[in-house]
Amino acid sequence: MTSASDDILHQTAPGLARGSDTARRGKTARLSPSFISWLQAGPMMLVFLAFFLIPLGFVVVVSFWDYNEYQLLPAFSGRGYTDTFEGCIAQLPDLCTIGKTYVKTLKLCFLVWAITLFIGFWVAYFLAFHVKSRTWQMGLSLLCTIPFWTSNVIRMIAWIPLLGRNGLVNSGLIGAGLINQPIEWLLYSEFSVVLALVHLFTFFMVVPIFNSMVRIDKSLIEAAYDAGASGLQTLVNVIIPLAKPGIVIGSIFVITIVMGDFITIGVMGGQQIAAAGKIIETRLNALQFPAAAANAVILLAITFMIITMMSRIVDIRKEL
Amino acid sequence: MTETTRKTGISRRTLLKSTAGLAGFAAGSGAITGFPYVMSAEPKVLRYLGTAVNEGDDISKQCLKDTGIKIEYITATTDDVTKRVMTQPNSFDVLDTEYFSLKKVVPSGNILALEARKIKEFDNITPVFTKGETPGGKKIGNQGTAPWKVLYLEGKDSKTFSKTATDFVTLIPTVYNADTLGIRPDLIKRPISSWSELLNPEFKGKASILNIPSIGIMDAAMVVEATGNYKYADKGNMTKEEIDLTMKAMTEAKKAGQFRAFWKDFNESVNLMASGETVIQSMWSPAVTKVRSMGIACTFQPLKEGYRSWASGFCVSKGVSGAKLDWAYEFVNWFLSGYAGAYLNRQGYYSAVLSTAKANMEPYEWAYWMEGKPAEKDIKAPDGSLLEKAGAVRDGGSYEERMGGVACWNAVMDENDYMVRKWNEFIAA
Repeated sequence: MTSASDDILHQTAPGLARGSDTARRGKTARLSPSFISWLQAGPMMLVFLAFFLIPLGFVVVVSFWDYNEYQLLPAFSGRGYTDTFEGCIAQLPDLCTIGKTYVKTLKLCFLVWAITLFIGFWVAYFLAFHVKSRTWQMGLSLLCTIPFWTSNVIRMIAWIPLLGRNGLVNSGLIGAGLINQPIEWLLYSEFSVVLALVHLFTFFMVVPIFNSMVRIDKSLIEAAYDAGASGLQTLVNVIIPLAKPGIVIGSIFVITIVMGDFITIGVMGGQQIAAAGKIIETRLNALQFPAAAANAVILLAITFMIITMMSRIVDIRKEL
Repeated sequence: MTETTRKTGISRRTLLKSTAGLAGFAAGSGAITGFPYVMSAEPKVLRYLGTAVNEGDDISKQCLKDTGIKIEYITATTDDVTKRVMTQPNSFDVLDTEYFSLKKVVPSGNILALEARKIKEFDNITPVFTKGETPGGKKIGNQGTAPWKVLYLEGKDSKTFSKTATDFVTLIPTVYNADTLGIRPDLIKRPISSWSELLNPEFKGKASILNIPSIGIMDAAMVVEATGNYKYADKGNMTKEEIDLTMKAMTEAKKAGQFRAFWKDFNESVNLMASGETVIQSMWSPAVTKVRSMGIACTFQPLKEGYRSWASGFCVSKGVSGAKLDWAYEFVNWFLSGYAGAYLNRQGYYSAVLSTAKANMEPYEWAYWMEGKPAEKDIKAPDGSLLEKAGAVRDGGSYEERMGGVACWNAVMDENDYMVRKWNEFIAA
């Protein structure tokens, strides 16, 4: 992200530098373009350094410390990590706790990603290609943001009275004579977790994909049509490749959020479904900071690997 | 830990500097007037860190009225209170915490024990805390971090718990209760008398326990012992093997779909029960009252194996001294003088000094809450809302019966680290 914005700054900097050159010509010593670029990127870099990189460095350092019931012991120890991977070899072929947790987290992540991508893609497609007027496009996009006018937590909890054993859906189905017993898996299940996450995060897919799609030159689609491509061929060979940056950016949003989420998974899963974030929380609550830090580092590494893989597929920097 | 403290120290200094600058600016501009009066009549303010249990607005208002001390509540969950004591010991004055957290809090050196001789009612504190027996002489179960094991320190700055009474008290007792399972009698339709019912397949998909490892495992142990599969030497301090077998029993039940959900806070437990998602679950007394006040039948069911108990009390931050320490003593003395005790008793908790609480309650209230007698009149909550109609009897009966039936206390085990890992494994299973 930063390196991408650095690039943009580098590109725009010479222009600005020239501007200031003309203004100050002959008066003072000239500032070199690269210095101005640094100056422009500087504030963001400092914020990033102070509030992200340095704390992250602390987390990594602390993850290699030892601890007891009430304090951190600043001596090198791999205990945070060895404890986390406890039983991973001994229990083979069964999965250890951390293995099970990540399999579950990745599964939820994949489901949410696939569903939000499917829904998000078609919503964006509709907005970009079927809605002709700019005003309507804007209006309808704003409509998509309405759920964001209330908090995350409320949107999530609102599902509970709907899906519960005596909830609206079950009462409705029983009332209509479709079922005799309430359906139990509607709430406190993987189904309800995925449902809530999809509801919460589809919009993060819509926006970047829509953004990519509206930038597609309409004449390209006409050209495809003239060349005899069917609707499906146009979609697969023209629209999807050109919407790729949006798809990848949306996917990064959704995947990073879901990988670290434990509140939605906790509330909608009835606290019975493991999440990578939940392990960190439990450790923190037990004052086992190094173990929590070790788990945070592992989560970060895995999320980073997924994102690296995705950016291998599409070079976002090139496409932007 | 040291790192964190140092960091906050620096930022606080920076903050102080900038505030001082601002104050100077304000003074210079003539915005501050009447400075000498401010100096002479320093407002008595205490920052009070604790869970929501003792923190009623009515209590702080009455305290201000009686003593002139203004209480500023800092409310957090049990875990977060402990975390705050460890990492930001200067962010509070008075600490209200549970006895089981002392095994972490005392060795950290961040709290200051209070002196028993400065507490007016100390000798009137119920023997539940000092001797481990009820006023009627019934012995109370001592498994777990029972308060009498950690009530005294060997000396002023000692980090060792004393086996005999000393003048240095870790926590001045305030409130405690005996917890058990909550049930929906209207949906279960038969008597429940044992903890083992929590894992009874009859309630498949309709049971719940709480997802706070240190408390959840105690409830789990009560269940395992009730099924007759194992007898613990001390449920509050299990060996690794005992932790394994306890979690194994719970994991099997979880895999078989016994639990509808786990709960983590008060409101979750109320919602699960009130909506009929669960019919049997570990619960806290005021949560049962809350469900009942919604017009839904809910019983805080006494069980033959006994109760799991908890207790909390007051100490101060190690940074408190001088006038502030005097106010802290004044506040603690006020707290034990009756008003707060009666307030807590009316919520279904128990106050540490019974005599002063009794003097602040109506005789019919005392008879209902403490003596297990049928209510002569309607029983009202401290806020005036109706809790029980006349004729009702408290679940579990009298103080003697309930506290005398305590089997174990909330605890931090020696194998806490291992237990937390096993708990994560249980959730992941």
